[in-house]
Amino acid sequence: MGRREFLALGAGLLTVVPSSRRLAQQGQDSLPGTGQSGRLWDPDRAGRPLPPTTARDNDAYLQTIEKRLRCTCGCGLDVYTCRTTDFTCTTSPAMHKRVEALQDAGMNADQIIAAFVKENGESILMAPPKHGFNLAGYFVPSALILGAGILLTLALRRWTRTPAAASTGPTVASVGGSPEELARLQHELDQIDA
Amino acid sequence: MTLLGSLALWLAFLLGIWAVVTGFAGGWKQRADLIQSSRHAVFAMCGALLAAVVSLEYALFQHDFNVEYVAAYTSRNLPIFYTWSALYAGQKGSLLFWASVLSIFASLAQVFTARRHRAYLPYVGAITSIVVTFFVSVMLFTANPFERLPYTPLDGRGLNPQLQNPGMVFHPPMLYLGYISITIPFAFAMAALITKRLDNDWLVAIRKWTLLSWLFLSVGIVLGMWWAYVELGWGGYWAWDPVENASFLPWLTMTAFLHSVMVQEKRGMLRKWNLALIIGSWLLSILGTFITRSGVISSVHSFTVSGIGPFFAVFLALAAAGSFGLYFYRINLLEAETKLESMVSREASFLFNNLLLVGIAFSVLWGTLFPILSEAVRGTKVTVGPPFFNQVNVPLGVALLLLTGIGPLIAWRRASLANLRRQFAVPTAAGVLTLLVLLVSGMRDAWAITAIAIGIFVLATIVQEFWRGTSARHRQYGEAYVLAVGRLIGRNRRRYGGYVVHLGIVMLFIAFTGMAFKRETQATLRPGESVTLRSPYGWTYTFTHLGISQYDALNREVTAGTVEIARDGKRIGLLTTEKRQHVDAFKRPTFEPSTAVGIRSDLREDIYIVLGGVVNGTEQAVYRFTINPLVWWVWYGGMVVALGGVIVMWPGGAPAVRRAQAGYAVKLVGKAS
Repeated sequence: MGRREFLALGAGLLTVVPSSRRLAQQGQDSLPGTGQSGRLWDPDRAGRPLPPTTARDNDAYLQTIEKRLRCTCGCGLDVYTCRTTDFTCTTSPAMHKRVEALQDAGMNADQIIAAFVKENGESILMAPPKHGFNLAGYFVPSALILGAGILLTLALRRWTRTPAAASTGPTVASVGGSPEELARLQHELDQIDA
Repeated sequence: MTLLGSLALWLAFLLGIWAVVTGFAGGWKQRADLIQSSRHAVFAMCGALLAAVVSLEYALFQHDFNVEYVAAYTSRNLPIFYTWSALYAGQKGSLLFWASVLSIFASLAQVFTARRHRAYLPYVGAITSIVVTFFVSVMLFTANPFERLPYTPLDGRGLNPQLQNPGMVFHPPMLYLGYISITIPFAFAMAALITKRLDNDWLVAIRKWTLLSWLFLSVGIVLGMWWAYVELGWGGYWAWDPVENASFLPWLTMTAFLHSVMVQEKRGMLRKWNLALIIGSWLLSILGTFITRSGVISSVHSFTVSGIGPFFAVFLALAAAGSFGLYFYRINLLEAETKLESMVSREASFLFNNLLLVGIAFSVLWGTLFPILSEAVRGTKVTVGPPFFNQVNVPLGVALLLLTGIGPLIAWRRASLANLRRQFAVPTAAGVLTLLVLLVSGMRDAWAITAIAIGIFVLATIVQEFWRGTSARHRQYGEAYVLAVGRLIGRNRRRYGGYVVHLGIVMLFIAFTGMAFKRETQATLRPGESVTLRSPYGWTYTFTHLGISQYDALNREVTAGTVEIARDGKRIGLLTTEKRQHVDAFKRPTFEPSTAVGIRSDLREDIYIVLGGVVNGTEQAVYRFTINPLVWWVWYGGMVVALGGVIVMWPGGAPAVRRAQAGYAVKLVGKAS
């Protein structure tokens, strides 16, 4: 038996194996370029059935709004990222529809965000709004780093003003040599260190 | 075998307590017999924990579904590769993994520590044993991996599909190895404080361990980014998720330590700071495990949540109080040997480098914990996501990148104007030129332009260093350039390995800027239909949906969409993206359908295709098409960082390093007599 016959036999056997998951009769396969959509052998395997994409799914303005809103399904992602990543989620598509509806009602981005905050609280936002206690969230790290930087600079200036004699330690303690030799050594060390 | 595993855990617990008691007593009383007994107990504890690991792996491979852990994380049809990695896929198994790897490291520290550092070992053994015993006790009292079910299921639940990825086989162990190995430097630091041997000796003893830990963390973080990119399907690799942040925190403080330790070795300064960094890094590694495992903060990476949080919180609080208490008790012994001589010196630049690294660590920790703080103060929980972290950390990161170029080129002690001009004229010109080219070419993202220009500046400093060193060898010894580069690195691995690490960091930063130019679109296509997307480089990609195929694989049922890609009308290949329904051996679905992304990667950009699903059970498919510029450079930047780390760690002497260890106590040839 040749390879082709073997494969043909194998394919024939596969077609007679019963499958408990074969839920729908397989339709006509489509061909590239014809635009026909054949029916899948087992649609359940492909996850949740999806509606066709609309132009508003790619609307940059809506995406900007949705990137500021957290999906409440527990994924931790923003609405736009969730609805275009975890296609099993039903929460983010619903939130997307809500954003569309609010826009259709004549609201702008800030009003839509405010509506979501009113309904769900501040935790619906991907970043806390910059007012009240939340300001601490934004400015404490920067303020501390800035403060530490200023303190460090002042400390360094004070230390470096201390006479060189205060610089104790093992620096040249056991070096024996003429000033010219020490200078040459220092030059060589600087060359290496640099 | 599970009985053996449980007995091994109890044995390890008792041996751990014995190692702690005899270690401290032997060190305090200087009793050789107790010290020896503690050492043997550390080895025996390691043996017991390895026996427990073998027992659990045996249960996993034997599909002993009566064991709750085996039933929860494996199934009969799980590939062998992932059956092995199920050891650390769940809470209980990862605790066992933690404890056993730490016991191996503790034993290696006992064996390979040089004779001159042996005075620390009793305490090192005792402190590592405290940590191991803590983990073993958590297993024994709340999360026993050998716990049995009252019945035996026909098949297990299987491994979470997102964990069935090669990245997840290597990423968690690497990260854990990083977390765990910090315990050894921490133990040496504590031993140095207890024994009052606070000169540079303990630093020499932990040098390889700190590098090893940093290397594992670096590789683990990059592998985690890769896993997130190829597996989660959202088109990015870093989302400032709490678990990602938890791994980033000790990496930042360890990086700070690797820089500041040079100042202590060369100049006898920053002794308090270095000890604090090691203690802080270890506490952050425990905090990371706490965040990952307790579920106190929600995360896409938390695959397990249980009640071990309070145990970790108490341990963390006690460890912080104990270690910093001892630190402040001995703080008078940690005075610097020398003082800073100039604001324009390498020491000063390393201080600012440390300020930024620790500052970023603080801001990441602050952002991660801010939701809890907000809830405690205001009673309102807020979400702190990528917009917050990017806003706070991007400017700090860019400043840090600048210091990456400045620090290594400034002379120690005091830099002259001539030194600065000699070192920075060419790199500054390269950076400014890049800035102008980017502006003229129409790029308008301020942070991206700044990061790329500074990246080129740093790159120029590195190239200049290699060029000068190679040229000097070529002139002095007549070596060919390739040989001269090799010997240059070989003779001073720490310095030039460090430059290689910096090169990797530059690659990473430039790669990160690519995300500012990401393009994406969603489309629903019938077979033969196309959609176009313009890349940031100006090309037009055409994606043509060829059709959907369905087939069975070992433990999943696959629905695959195939897309033909053309760039400016020229066909460049096919990509397949899948929906996977994982099933057990009886074809029962085990998890929600997951997505396998189709990725085509090259130096300039990635094409990233996700099959969302199908319309009405037909071949009409919903896709997301994304073009991600410069992602390739993230992975290879990570590899270059790791290569640099290996070069720095590679055993072998370098005259300059030995001289550095000896400080400036040198004698001139010819004058000695």
